[in-house]
Amino acid sequence: MSAPVKENPVNKYLRMERMPSIWCPGCGIGTTVNCFARALDESKIPLDNLAVVSGIGCTGRVAGYLNVDSFHTTHGRAIPFATGLQLARPDLKVVVYSGDGDLSAIGGNHFIHAARRNADLLVVMVNNFTYGMTGGQVTPTTFRPAIASTTPYGAFEQTFNMPMLADSCGAVYVARWTAYHVKQLAKSMAEAINKRGFRFIEIAAPCPTLYLRRNKLGEGLDEMKFYKEKSVIRNGVDTREVALDYRKEITVGKFVDRERPTLEDAMDQRYKEALGAKYVPYVSPGAAKSQA
Amino acid sequence: MTTAASPAAKKDKKFKGVVVVNRENCKGCGFCVEFCPLHALDLEKGYNAKGYHPPFLAKPELCNGCDMCGLFCPDFSIYGYREKLDSAAA
Repeated sequence: MSAPVKENPVNKYLRMERMPSIWCPGCGIGTTVNCFARALDESKIPLDNLAVVSGIGCTGRVAGYLNVDSFHTTHGRAIPFATGLQLARPDLKVVVYSGDGDLSAIGGNHFIHAARRNADLLVVMVNNFTYGMTGGQVTPTTFRPAIASTTPYGAFEQTFNMPMLADSCGAVYVARWTAYHVKQLAKSMAEAINKRGFRFIEIAAPCPTLYLRRNKLGEGLDEMKFYKEKSVIRNGVDTREVALDYRKEITVGKFVDRERPTLEDAMDQRYKEALGAKYVPYVSPGAAKSQA
Repeated sequence: MTTAASPAAKKDKKFKGVVVVNRENCKGCGFCVEFCPLHALDLEKGYNAKGYHPPFLAKPELCNGCDMCGLFCPDFSIYGYREKLDSAAA
């Protein structure tokens, strides 16, 4: 039996002086951060070798609440900043933690190219189906016919199936969970953080203030009960079959887990073939320090 | 058989569950109360400084310190752990 815990085990991963967070009561983002802290605890990664990059939005605040080296970038540009950081410091584990509006709409192009190039990043996308911070506008993940502030008569556009997008662009690890699946999510994050290549985890989370209230779907707790009731775990299923629809079944699980040369590996390999002994591979300035 | 086994199991209990709540950071979302596997928690009738009802351990005899509440909490203000019982050591 372990010694009695005097402090919440996740406190050391958080900037507690900034608590309580800005997130609304019933918001699922805090739960995902809690799972991420547990995943860091489980994976035993030295916190000096970890960097968290966020974009703008409710989920973008995560970088400010985690007590690790973190970076709060401009809207949609979390992935380009993180790719640059990763190339300059290949010894770092770089995590992009952002929302659906930031990653799929404003940063959509960066997302597909990072997946195509297999940049060595873990991308955690908290999908609350709306732009929470700016007043509930429609995002590429808002279902037809959900109401948003910019679609008062209901959304009418085709939505993104994000796991399929990531898979078809070549991501090496693709999973989807909801804020209800805390154990699986923490395990999946711990597994993904130790892999190399473009890893993508989508998390469906309730937005009680904008998405749920506008659509008269109740509180955050009601949405969590809905996730419990309607989600089906199907690991390894073809990502073409996992599209979400309004109030329909939510397919969750780990869909893709494969190996592919990362951006850095592919570059090294090509230059070695082309230049031979003349090629000097890049050494991370942090590599010597972390080995010493 | 299960009825016969459960009192014996209770006697053999080597630990008890303890839940610690940071009342002031709680926003009363109720995730911990709803998803406690043993339904040992409940929301207080009282309020914290921000006007929310924080949770408390309503049925301490049920809690086994699994820390599921701690995993669900979006505000990092509750966690559970297991405390060794003196009777088990003796």
